[in-house]
Amino acid sequence: MAQFTLPADSAVRDGRTWPAPGDAKRPRTFVVYRYDPDSDENPRRDRYTIDLADCGPMVLDALIKIKSEIDPTLTFRRSCREGICGSCAMNVGGRNGLACISAIEDYPGAVAVHPLPHMPVVKDLVPDMSHFYAQYASIKPWMRSRPSPPDRERPQSKEERERLDGLYECILCACCSTSCPSYWWNGDRYLGPAVLLQAYRWLVDSRDEAAGERLDDLEDPFRLYRCHTIMNCTTACPKGLNPAKAIAGIKKMMVARSV
Amino acid sequence: MSSAYPIVEHQYDVVVVGAGGAGLRATLGLAAQGLSTACVTKLFPTRSHTVAAQGGISAALGNMGEDDWRWHMYDTVKGSDWLGDQDAIEYMCREAIPAVIELEHFGVPFSRTEDGRIYQRPFGGMTTHYGEGTAQRTCAAADRTGHAILHTLYQQSLRHDAEFFIEYFAIDLLMDDDGACRGVLAWNLDDGTLHRIRAHTTVLATGGYGRTYFSCTSAHTCTGDGNAMALRAGLPLQDMEFIQFHPTGIYGSGCLITEGSRGEGGYLTNSEGERFMERYAPNAKDLASRDVVSRAMTIEIREGRGVGENKDHIFLHLEHLGPEVIRERLPGISETARIFAGVDTSREPIPVLPTVHYNMGGVPTNFHGEVVTLAGDDPDVVVPGLMAIGECACVSVHGANRLGSNSLLDLVVFGRAAARRCGESIEAGSAHPPLPAGAEDRILARFDRLRHARGSELTAALRLRMQRVMQNNAAVFRTGDTLDEGCRLISDVQAAFAEVRVEDRSLVWNSDLAETLELENLLGQAVVTMYSAANRTESRGAHAREDCPERDDDRWLKHTLAWFGGQGVPRIGYRPVHMYTLTNDTKVIPPRARVY
Repeated sequence: MAQFTLPADSAVRDGRTWPAPGDAKRPRTFVVYRYDPDSDENPRRDRYTIDLADCGPMVLDALIKIKSEIDPTLTFRRSCREGICGSCAMNVGGRNGLACISAIEDYPGAVAVHPLPHMPVVKDLVPDMSHFYAQYASIKPWMRSRPSPPDRERPQSKEERERLDGLYECILCACCSTSCPSYWWNGDRYLGPAVLLQAYRWLVDSRDEAAGERLDDLEDPFRLYRCHTIMNCTTACPKGLNPAKAIAGIKKMMVARSV
Repeated sequence: MSSAYPIVEHQYDVVVVGAGGAGLRATLGLAAQGLSTACVTKLFPTRSHTVAAQGGISAALGNMGEDDWRWHMYDTVKGSDWLGDQDAIEYMCREAIPAVIELEHFGVPFSRTEDGRIYQRPFGGMTTHYGEGTAQRTCAAADRTGHAILHTLYQQSLRHDAEFFIEYFAIDLLMDDDGACRGVLAWNLDDGTLHRIRAHTTVLATGGYGRTYFSCTSAHTCTGDGNAMALRAGLPLQDMEFIQFHPTGIYGSGCLITEGSRGEGGYLTNSEGERFMERYAPNAKDLASRDVVSRAMTIEIREGRGVGENKDHIFLHLEHLGPEVIRERLPGISETARIFAGVDTSREPIPVLPTVHYNMGGVPTNFHGEVVTLAGDDPDVVVPGLMAIGECACVSVHGANRLGSNSLLDLVVFGRAAARRCGESIEAGSAHPPLPAGAEDRILARFDRLRHARGSELTAALRLRMQRVMQNNAAVFRTGDTLDEGCRLISDVQAAFAEVRVEDRSLVWNSDLAETLELENLLGQAVVTMYSAANRTESRGAHAREDCPERDDDRWLKHTLAWFGGQGVPRIGYRPVHMYTLTNDTKVIPPRARVY
């Protein structure tokens, strides 16, 4: 089996251990990736043991408890705490998800918390998302059509509108893209599942008139065709969407227009 | 000080602070007019809390039956308990129609009717014929309308090449000696640098401050930073005593369950299984205005008819709606109820509780979005170079109580209005006058002091103390005693902030420092809210005082203003309510008893 060796300055070391409070009724340990950009030190894993008897049910509740009561330097993104803003995407127990809707009880034993995989880390659990966002902008994700009648909406049948279900709900959390081995390998040029799902959302919108141009822009060995139907994206999506199916949809449209 | 923190300089025609619905609508409108536009936001735009709005956006399109923007205006004035400014309400309800059509043109995936038009649902307080019938006025994208609108507005902003400063935390406004706003000083979390962003106009679009309370539907990031910056700039905040409690926050977590669930036919019951809203609002029942429903629920619980082991909450029933309605129109809240309450909405009721949801108060503005203040006898003096839109503004279109689905509307109508006003008043690319020397010394001193704060009080502990005081002393029902005690307690927390402690000393993504800056922002607003509430000795809209249960139009048909410099007691003043319309297309709606 192939052996991979990290550069010496990237190896993750064991960090500090914060023991359970003496009177803890339901102690649980969280092993959290830490990286301080101001120091020259390697990333480390700190171990915090908290009392779940005095903690909300979600992984985000545990992280907030740690930050509030034990270690205010622990850094992560969070906002809505109800699974709609996409801020707290991270890797918990080896799976990508939103910390705010990931129940602690679903993880046995010590809970390992890491940033989204294969992204540059700015600090602790905060990855640099700028490349992901730039890829999103690159597909021109906005309505492209002739000018609309100024004083009324464009008609769209219920059936046409239904084709957007399962697509428009994407929250751009990047859980899918950062679970994709093909995106890990070729993320510089492969758009990845989240951005392709967004592209498909416009391709199937009955009101949009730029499908041809949109397909032209995706017709590329890397941007689209680095999807090898690994399907991690669909497993990872915390909103229950199916990016793999959306990508298949794009590929079918490519075939349909070439025959 | 400024040498210790090198500052990167930028110049734009306009800088927008905040990238929620209002901020993005303004940003794209500004950029589309050819004004160089910066949007400074502490969150990536689609993470803003507009994303969590569920039920919809009101506009009298008449897609589901007859409707008229004048009826919408009547409902909004009545909903506001006559504290709303009627010129601004006329503007909003009339402009609602083109503003929502425009959203559809931008690509918002609205749900549709059988004939392919935008689907509209009933919502609380929305009627036809001036209170006679039930209106279907709230345009919806299932129960994810905020998400659909926010993402679409961000997409349009990308299209128009606005410049985004993402994950930059705005620290304070740059004010000159004449009281004009000249831009904003911001901290880039990603690399720790400070940025002076100069602009002819600064547009605050920073949202509400729900996180002053312990239990709220608001995101962790709803800390009202713009309101606090206005206070520090010596400007007043208006009507801060009016805090909306949404009837249906999930018991425990506080997550929102849309009013649209009742619009689609859901209803509330107490421990006796009674649909108690029929007693409190015989006509509108479960679709009465939010303040009315929240008070009724609180009374039911207080009189021992709450549900659950501790009889401390209420049930919301959707089981009878059938799986098809839930799948098509309420899929998001079914998921939320499952995750946060362990409830299958097709079989069991959802446990709910009135939960802090919205701030009617904020930075006073006119209907163009320009910030106004009281100077001498003039209550409408425009503050040069400063605008405010969205939840952080108090136009005031919501008065003492906002109607559901008027908030998303407020965002797009006034975001659009502010962009237009800038288009009229700013010459693109015109030169910036020099800033007064040392304009940011005080700002940097505060930033540096907090960064190195070595007191005894952890930020999170102080925040919890503040939240408990607000929750206990400025709740759905208030009395002079609870409010007077609240003033004392919240001032104690404010004073304790001098002893705050920050553990993280870095500049890159120092979230400890960011939360401390946010806490200071929250505290100022909490103080102003509590004192404004203690000051208003009447009951109106969301401000329900048991010791003064009646509305008192003779003494209190006026806006509260509160100035607060960070120490001592806020100074209170007043502005008149605009009891006039903008045009002759409609008439002033005089105050009368508010019955649903």
